[in-house]
Amino acid sequence: MSPLFDITVTVARLAVFFAFVFGLVVIMTWVERKGAAYIQDRRGPNRARILGLTLGGVFHPLADALKFLFKEDFIPDGAHRLFYQLAPMFALAPAILTMAVVPFGPPVTIAGKQVALHIADLNVGILYLFAISGMGVYGIVLAGWSSNSKYPLLGALRSSAQMISYEVSMGLSVVGVLMVFQSVQLSEIARGQGELLFGILPKWGIFVQPLGFILFITALYAEANRTPFDLPEGESELVAGYHTEYASFKFSMFMMAEYIHMVVGAAVLATLFFGGWQFPYLGNSGFAFPGGISVAVPAWAVLLLRIGSFVGKTIFFCWLYVWVRWTIPRFRYDQVMRLGWKVMLPLALLNIFVTGLVLLLIDRGGF
Amino acid sequence: MTIGVIKVARPRKMSFGESLYLLEIVKGLGVTIGHFLHNIAHNKDIPTIEYPEVRRTMPPRFRGCHRLMKRPEGSPRCVACFMCATACPADCITIVAGESTDPTIEKYPVRFDIDMLRCVFCGQCVEACPCDAIRMDTGWYTPPDDTREKLIFTIDRLLEK
Repeated sequence: MSPLFDITVTVARLAVFFAFVFGLVVIMTWVERKGAAYIQDRRGPNRARILGLTLGGVFHPLADALKFLFKEDFIPDGAHRLFYQLAPMFALAPAILTMAVVPFGPPVTIAGKQVALHIADLNVGILYLFAISGMGVYGIVLAGWSSNSKYPLLGALRSSAQMISYEVSMGLSVVGVLMVFQSVQLSEIARGQGELLFGILPKWGIFVQPLGFILFITALYAEANRTPFDLPEGESELVAGYHTEYASFKFSMFMMAEYIHMVVGAAVLATLFFGGWQFPYLGNSGFAFPGGISVAVPAWAVLLLRIGSFVGKTIFFCWLYVWVRWTIPRFRYDQVMRLGWKVMLPLALLNIFVTGLVLLLIDRGGF
Repeated sequence: MTIGVIKVARPRKMSFGESLYLLEIVKGLGVTIGHFLHNIAHNKDIPTIEYPEVRRTMPPRFRGCHRLMKRPEGSPRCVACFMCATACPADCITIVAGESTDPTIEKYPVRFDIDMLRCVFCGQCVEACPCDAIRMDTGWYTPPDDTREKLIFTIDRLLEK
């Protein structure tokens, strides 16, 4: 096949991924406000209208974006001008980069050529993810320090301490999954979850690594700076944390980075612990339920079901962020640190130990 | 024995299940999703009043914006006696009196301005008025406006309500 085909596929994949992630980010800002309102018995945004239609306030993200574009681009006195302007980029770029390794579906054969539904199927998948998402801290620290203001500095310090501590338990909580599926490549992990456990349950990460799942989702919320771990922007004590001094589009870049982190986090969670693009009991040629019943499904429907299942899981976990945010109050800072180092870390180590033991016994027992 | 020491009840110790947080978080999620679904299903139950379009109906004794009463033939009932301006603790009423052409009435207000930005809505002017010319029963709180001048209500505006 010609290189033109490869280029087209790559560009198409990039376009689809960007559309998916940014579309979800835009929708999330609306869902967050509307969901918060309904959970708190309020009405939420319902004013922005196009042609007399409000549609429950879905135009508010559009209005927000316009507002951000036309606001004054403000730099406070005494700010370090270079770092102040670089910080939003440092925050946004890693967030966008992380989504490259998440598989959206099984490889598809187009015109006799295998096309993976990834941007990049790296063989170090998970490591890349952690390495890049860890760089998001730089944006926050730079923003806090270069603003030359006390609240952003405190917010940035808190945030860097929190993100670094939780990165430890996040990385360790995933090790169990890697041991079970024997790969760090996300596409391999997703493929490995298509098998059945004891012939009944799908072999999803949550069923083989329940403790790992709880640790990972907790660490994910802390990494994404979401409630109950949204200390970096604890508005009651820090105004808005690291982005206090930012306005207009720079502020919206921080917001976008935060929401992209959430979306990618949800996608990774779905991939590692909920089978990624796997649909329960759906094989390459159709459903095969335990009990011997099988239903044939055409190949295109299988593909659609699988991509739909991935998108559905991602959207559910995106909603879970909002749902949790308006349910749980914020932790106190020392509680966050204690949870991270004294509870999460030992539990993650224990999880690895138990997983290793069980795998060893299975290996010896010859199951 | 120390004096004045009050024993305060300490918060109850959390049980093991509660200290794990997880079950309690799930319970909390149940509560919030209950509210969420209820509010989607029964949208009308949300107590929000859509303010500029819909206004809360005020109780009859609510002291809202002032209005000046009229005589049956349409002239203001006010006789420019300055009782309200004297009673006003915020000093927000400005009256300029003029001689009435009607021989049975001595004076009438040429100007009757109420500075709504100074008014404290105490109702002393209504109490003081000897001929029931000023009332605060419109049920309207001061509407917002963009200049100070617009919030000085003149006699025409006070009479039209």
